[in-house]
Amino acid sequence: MEWSEWALSLAVFIPALGAVVTMLIPRAQEEAVKWVALVTTLATLGVVVGILVDFDYDKSGQLQFQVNNDWINVINSRYHIGVDGISLPLLALSAFITVLCVIYSWNHWPEPHNPKAFIVLMLVLEVGMNGTFVAQDLILFFVFFEIVLLPMFFMIGVWGGPNREYASIKFFLFTLFGSAMMLLGFLAIYFKGPNTFDIVALSDWAGQDLTHSTAVLIFGAMFLGFAIKVPMFPFHTWLPDAHTEAPTVGSVLLAAILLKLGTYGFVRIALPILPEAAEDWAPFIGLLAVIGIIYGALGCLAQTDMKRLIAFSSVAHMGFVMLGIATMTSFGINAAIFGMVAHGLITGMLFFVAGSVQHNFHTREMSRLGGLLTQAPKMGWILGFCAMASLGLPGLAGFWGEFPALLSAFEPLSTLSEETFRTYMVIAAIGTVLAAGYLLWMLSKVAFGTPKAEFADAEIHDVNAFEWTAWLPILLLIVALGIFPNLLFGVTDDAVCVMTDKISEQVGADSTCDEGGDTVPVAEHE
Amino acid sequence: MFFLDNAWLVPLIPALSFVVILLFGKRMPFKGSEMGIAAVGASFVLACGAAVQWIQRVGDAEEGGTEHAFGAFGAFGRSIGRIGEEATEGEHGPIVESVHNSFTWFQNGGIDLHVGIQIDGLSVMMMFVVTLISLLVHVYSVDYMKGDRRFTYFYAALSLFTASMLLLVVADNTLMLLVGWELVGVCSFMLIGHWWEEKPNSDAAIKAFLTTRTGDVGLLCGVIMTYFVVQQGTGTGSFNIEALNASAAGYLNPVSGTLLFWCAAALLLAIIGKSGQFPLHTWLPDAMAGPTPVSALIHAATMVVAGVYLGARVYPVFYEGLNIGEANINLMAAVGGITVLIGAALAFVQDDIKKVLAYSTISQLGYMVMALGVGAWTAAIFHLFTHAFFKALLFLAAGSVSHSGAHHSFDMKKDMGGLRKYMPQTYVTFIIGTAALMGIFPLAGFWSKDEILLGASEGDYTLFLVVGAVGALMTAAYMTRCIYLTFFGEYRGGDHAHATPHVDEAEHQPDEDDRLPDHGHHGGPHESNRWILAPLWVLAAFSVFAGFFNATWFDIEKFTEWTAPNAEVFVELQHHEFDVLLALISTAIALFGAALAYAYYWRGLGPQRLSERNGLARTGKQFLVNKYYLDVLYTDVIVAFVKGPLARATYWVNQNVIDNVLNYAGKGAMVFGRFTYDVLDQKVVDGAVNGIGTITDSAGSEVRKIQTGRLQFYAFMLVLAVGVFALALWIAA
Repeated sequence: MEWSEWALSLAVFIPALGAVVTMLIPRAQEEAVKWVALVTTLATLGVVVGILVDFDYDKSGQLQFQVNNDWINVINSRYHIGVDGISLPLLALSAFITVLCVIYSWNHWPEPHNPKAFIVLMLVLEVGMNGTFVAQDLILFFVFFEIVLLPMFFMIGVWGGPNREYASIKFFLFTLFGSAMMLLGFLAIYFKGPNTFDIVALSDWAGQDLTHSTAVLIFGAMFLGFAIKVPMFPFHTWLPDAHTEAPTVGSVLLAAILLKLGTYGFVRIALPILPEAAEDWAPFIGLLAVIGIIYGALGCLAQTDMKRLIAFSSVAHMGFVMLGIATMTSFGINAAIFGMVAHGLITGMLFFVAGSVQHNFHTREMSRLGGLLTQAPKMGWILGFCAMASLGLPGLAGFWGEFPALLSAFEPLSTLSEETFRTYMVIAAIGTVLAAGYLLWMLSKVAFGTPKAEFADAEIHDVNAFEWTAWLPILLLIVALGIFPNLLFGVTDDAVCVMTDKISEQVGADSTCDEGGDTVPVAEHE
Repeated sequence: MFFLDNAWLVPLIPALSFVVILLFGKRMPFKGSEMGIAAVGASFVLACGAAVQWIQRVGDAEEGGTEHAFGAFGAFGRSIGRIGEEATEGEHGPIVESVHNSFTWFQNGGIDLHVGIQIDGLSVMMMFVVTLISLLVHVYSVDYMKGDRRFTYFYAALSLFTASMLLLVVADNTLMLLVGWELVGVCSFMLIGHWWEEKPNSDAAIKAFLTTRTGDVGLLCGVIMTYFVVQQGTGTGSFNIEALNASAAGYLNPVSGTLLFWCAAALLLAIIGKSGQFPLHTWLPDAMAGPTPVSALIHAATMVVAGVYLGARVYPVFYEGLNIGEANINLMAAVGGITVLIGAALAFVQDDIKKVLAYSTISQLGYMVMALGVGAWTAAIFHLFTHAFFKALLFLAAGSVSHSGAHHSFDMKKDMGGLRKYMPQTYVTFIIGTAALMGIFPLAGFWSKDEILLGASEGDYTLFLVVGAVGALMTAAYMTRCIYLTFFGEYRGGDHAHATPHVDEAEHQPDEDDRLPDHGHHGGPHESNRWILAPLWVLAAFSVFAGFFNATWFDIEKFTEWTAPNAEVFVELQHHEFDVLLALISTAIALFGAALAYAYYWRGLGPQRLSERNGLARTGKQFLVNKYYLDVLYTDVIVAFVKGPLARATYWVNQNVIDNVLNYAGKGAMVFGRFTYDVLDQKVVDGAVNGIGTITDSAGSEVRKIQTGRLQFYAFMLVLAVGVFALALWIAA
């Protein structure tokens, strides 16, 4: 068999194999368990790197490494997987972050310990995450989307903080509700549409035979499913609780990958399959997005718990991503994908640091912390760096998620209201000031000043070798993407243009992609 | 044209130096300072090379020998864009094209966006100023920061700042300019908060960052709009500055006037934030919490003029957007004019020498923005040029006073006085800087300020001529007061025990591993050593002579010639003839101001201690001492409201309304669905709890009962909602 036919399946199912192997190892043999986890995730990353190398970037608009086999014939659902420029970065992010989570956990197992169970859950989680990003069939997508749910539920429910049961069930029920809605939408598409679950075929169909009101309603069902996962205001209340209670690695995976499943769903499924309904929903989605930006920032300002603050900041950041998507333009969706990756790296990193701070001080109450820069200078500087990245400093990755999203809001798809989206742009831009506010205040409370009396003599460990190994790749990537945004835009742009051009055509709007893409825009004048 | 084509090296070298100092600085013999000095020195040499080559290029163009090296961007030229333009070309003098060098930065929507350099007179001038002052500050800091607890980080941050500022200067597109702009902001944040152990310092740093960030909302929106200005002008969106200027100046396809206005207004907000203009100037005096070399470099000579630079760089946007050519008042001139006066007024009531200088900087930046606002483009950047030297000089001299004469205090009333005897060289250089700032003939400030006034008088901006003259009067007076308090009268510092060290610099004490000999930190007031004096004298020389580049009285207009923008893509600039009468009047006004202050402080003439006797005067002084209550408004009203009640209310809504909305709905639904509820309670939620229980037991932990019944409501509501939605779909279908 050809490598290209197996690559994606390997990337999805190697972690499953690793999970099975782990289950066979006795609980007491922790070293063996850890090594299996590391080897598994590294192998998965290796496969993904192979895919990155073999990927034809000139044709990033087409699905590559495709496999399209029979699966559940009775409902015409197929095992159809593939990657294009939109899903590739997210697949890579997922494989990448999981490895780092294993490394970070090496000596950091949260209570009640039990690395074996934890690792099984982490590997199952990876199956779901990777699978969601490659699935090209709605049922397959749904299955992977749901696989993610259980491991995270148990991670929070077992290894979480004091309020873990409440948080985990809240997380579970919220997302389950969303999933149910989403499935409802998928089924409606199947029965009302061309009796297929194939995402590619459905994107070509693009909701043509539906009456407008039905399409709008179906979009609404999918919207709920994805918006809860993102999470968008006002469906976000599960997020701060889940993050606050989750163990560090759980928070990192939740922030870095799981939230992206929702936004990815919008880009991959909701927009292309029902573009006309999306157009109706866009101003509303944009509105919720900018409310989320301001509201999330204000929520951050009210926090006293460092981790909960970072959790709330996700609501604001994902608002920028959703604003980009709501404009339905090439610029906006490129920005959204960049924003997803950047937020995954930066917020994931912030959760790592918050986890290590808690590990050191056994508290995350910012009023008790202070002077991190004196006690653990390296960690303090990393926190400062991440805060700067998170507030969207140009030259670091976060900026390229925000700025093009704002730009796209100035000129959304030509059939959308300019005034509305320009208002959103200004509001979102004001959100960047608030973001600077809560991040810098957090930084000054945690890192500046002198250590509080209770910790003045405490022995505080600065960044250790495992932390460096887990963190350095993320930090370097944040800088690299900030300086060379084309590392990512270059991959996504063609795929996004193919998609947005189709959407523009469907709704009768002007293309938002420049045909030639030539270097110098030469003025047209006589 | 090596130096021009490769001007990207100028920012790159300090950027590399930043990385090297960060990684290896602590292990270097001089803890990284040698690396910083070497890197900035190299950049300075390259910048000088670029300056020489640029001047040659201008010279070649004048002789008509220029090869029209139509690069990619020549396409924007007005000689192409407009028909029959050749006839007028003569009036504008020769066309000197800027030098470009760029590559693809990123691709979006099928459009390649470039990163690259645009080198012309303006950027060459800025490169020269930034690298020179940065080099001097690097040298000065060797002694001034000696023994500082974060000496190496200080140099790393200086390098990063220099790199960012140079990036901003050479940028050929507004997006890259924005990148540099934000990066200098971060460096400013790092350096203001250099001694972050003390809360006032970190608060000042955060205040500076947030205030400028508020202005940056304008920058974000403005830069976005520049993209669309170019799109309207050329048909394809771009951030390219020359394309922007040509589009805005109207040489290409017509651009919407509304768009230009909003673009100008948004960018003006950015200028207000960065360049300390009213009403966002309040961060600049607080920024004095940083080390003095930082104040000289960042908060006097370079970063704060980034706003003015932006205004000059994309001037056609302002010129057309705000209709500068035809009006007699506009937003930009008004902002600048107000800032001139309010800044100068506040300088009178400061006891801290650095704060006097900070308000003076605000006021002088006001002159520059006002100059742009009245159409005097060359005057604005000329004043930027001269001001950089004499204001950096004044700050560094003030640092010298504090360092060697006042036990690290900056309080003129408590710890200074009579220092001219102890610190003759510092005194002389400070006097030179002051005279230049006052605009005394023939020092640097005279020429540049004169051009601004000339610009205001020749347009219909008479009001701003008056503002400029009043500002000159006030400047002379408050600087005379400052000199009196610092250098004349009796020395008030006393011995070390009685000094009240400035809180920010109090901890500035040598480390144990400080290998250089102590140079008398604990002695009485004395002259500083040569690390500090050498930069002062260099700056003093520039403060005297820099004005002669454009000594219009003697028909020397080299500065105008060298910095003239490419007329093909720029609006037409005014040209002013020297006006002897105006020059005499403005000098007389300055001297009068100095004389008034002299009479008041030296001779004790005039109403002394008026504010203690007269209620009105007291109120006025109180108003000034409280900085027009703007800080109260920002910090205690706006920020406190957002951080306090607003944030808390939002969070309260989050916890008690949104989070519970399903609960409330669930309670209502419960009445109708008792039976379903019971089933659900038993089967679904308990089932879930048992499920966790099993796992948790195996993990060796006890499961506690779910804390509330909230979740049960959730579960019920969720199922119900799915059902309702399914029904709705069914009906709609």
